[in-house]
Amino acid sequence: MPDFEPVLLKNVPVPGVEQIDIYRGQGGYQATERALKELSPDDVIGIVRDAGLRGRGGAGFPCGVKWGFLPKDRTTTYMCVNADESEPGTFNNRILMERDPHQLLEGAIIASYATQASVAYIYIRYEFVQAYHILQQAIDEAYEAGYLGQDILGTGFGLDVYLHRGAAAYICGEETGLIESLEGKRAWPRIKPPFPAVEGVFRQPTVVNNVETLCCVTHILDRGADWFKSIGVPADPDNPRDIGSYGPKLYCLSGHVNRPGCYELPLGVTCRELIEEQGGGVWKGRSPKAAIPGGISMGLLREEELDTRLDFSELQKVGCLGLGTAAVVVFDDQTSMVDVLYNSCRFFAHESCGQCTPCREGTGWMLRIVERIRDGQGRREDLDILVGVAESMGIMPGTTICGLADGAAWPVKNALGKFREEFEEAISGGDEESAQG
Amino acid sequence: MEDSRDRNDAEPLLDEQMREEIRAYFSRYPNRQAVVLPALHIVQDRLKCVPDSAVVEIAEMLELAPAEVHDALSFYGFFRSSENPLGELRCWVCRSVSCAFRGGEEILEYLCKTLDVKPGQTSADGRVTVEFAECLGGCDLAPCLLVDGQLHEDLSVEKIDQLVETWGADRA
Repeated sequence: MPDFEPVLLKNVPVPGVEQIDIYRGQGGYQATERALKELSPDDVIGIVRDAGLRGRGGAGFPCGVKWGFLPKDRTTTYMCVNADESEPGTFNNRILMERDPHQLLEGAIIASYATQASVAYIYIRYEFVQAYHILQQAIDEAYEAGYLGQDILGTGFGLDVYLHRGAAAYICGEETGLIESLEGKRAWPRIKPPFPAVEGVFRQPTVVNNVETLCCVTHILDRGADWFKSIGVPADPDNPRDIGSYGPKLYCLSGHVNRPGCYELPLGVTCRELIEEQGGGVWKGRSPKAAIPGGISMGLLREEELDTRLDFSELQKVGCLGLGTAAVVVFDDQTSMVDVLYNSCRFFAHESCGQCTPCREGTGWMLRIVERIRDGQGRREDLDILVGVAESMGIMPGTTICGLADGAAWPVKNALGKFREEFEEAISGGDEESAQG
Repeated sequence: MEDSRDRNDAEPLLDEQMREEIRAYFSRYPNRQAVVLPALHIVQDRLKCVPDSAVVEIAEMLELAPAEVHDALSFYGFFRSSENPLGELRCWVCRSVSCAFRGGEEILEYLCKTLDVKPGQTSADGRVTVEFAECLGGCDLAPCLLVDGQLHEDLSVEKIDQLVETWGADRA
């Protein structure tokens, strides 16, 4: 892999860069000045659309297109920054907020200008205590320096930014769950349409963007759409539905590797390159057995699938749900995939919000079945029941309001599709034990 | 134990400072219902729980029915009733995938044994509440825990012993 100069993480080694003066010394807020003084809101939307920036929070929806869904005749617009990063394996938003908070604020200011939002709420998960305090300090500095408040830089554009703390619920990362939570209600995702762009928080047009997405916006305005498009994987000309995977990406690497960490690379690096070259290989001199490619809800890769590119189109080809948050969790050859699936099912059973019956009940059933397999009490029919439950829950079969259920089901489908023999072994072992007992 | 029925003539539970902190949020939102979560945080930070009477008082301040505040509160497993308040410190041990497969489950078990608690319970001296957490976003630091706003990384039995010592909590 050729050396890639980090962009999103370039300020991380700079001491004190969370302070506005030092941030400005690194060229900070020039993108904001340029956008607000030289470009119209529609110009900014056009540049972001031309860059092909796709949302980094999991869904990969084109950011400029999302902004373009706002009704033309709206009078009020809200920006919500989704800083509820909770997908197991994912921690890049934490690093972005703790280490370079003004980069995010710039992205939020530029995005708010583009969408003409007058208020931006940063919905930050409660557990990010350090990030909360660092961001609040950065917001205070930005007000003082005239980048927030009324009439920013004499342009007539005004923006208030407020931090809003969550209360430890995964579902608040779903954008309409976030909106309900922000409104002071239980975080039950909304039926769509209407999408937030038409009717979001406080029943007004709303844009919800992920932290990393907004950090990308800062650099797109700084360096241009062509620069962004020169990085990553171009659209496949033979596939009209592929819109490409452009730009730098923060890959979160954790699990059984020698050097876990957040690595910035062009979109499209392979999972194996990430593990070997960035992560220093699998720990304890072992071999990899499997990996989660993009947060636990994206499913599982087998060892022989580790050469798959981590971008917006390749992972589906090996049966995963998608790129998700690009959080790679590695499992060594000593790992029990039954244990991995148990951990996944326990997470989703705990985090299902309870609104839709197939997800509320299905996640609980899947957990109980995997638990008894793990405990040697599995039954022959359990594997088919698991697959049956998994296939019946989610947006894709059309039985739930949000995608949490798809994410809960995917590791089950992949585990049983790719590692079935381990589950069969766990069950037959249980049969022998009960026969002897 | 707090009970709103017994407090009709009593002093309000939310003191002026808490009320002032809650009111400071009003101007941020176009309606007061959006202040429910900030208000619940302010109360729990101070009282280590959200008593029933506080729900009623928050509802009055936000011009909501108490049921509306309680509906939000009860959704988040985060808030404690007055029967089950938090200790002085709240310690979350991550049990999600990246931590669990680097020893996080054993760390949680060891900490619970050391303080003679089950996850969710508070040590007998009231010093620390131990809870499991779903992914804390510290997967590069696994196994990790969060206490008093600080992530502690790469935990081991020795590190847990040191932390318990720092907390001044009684060992079982």
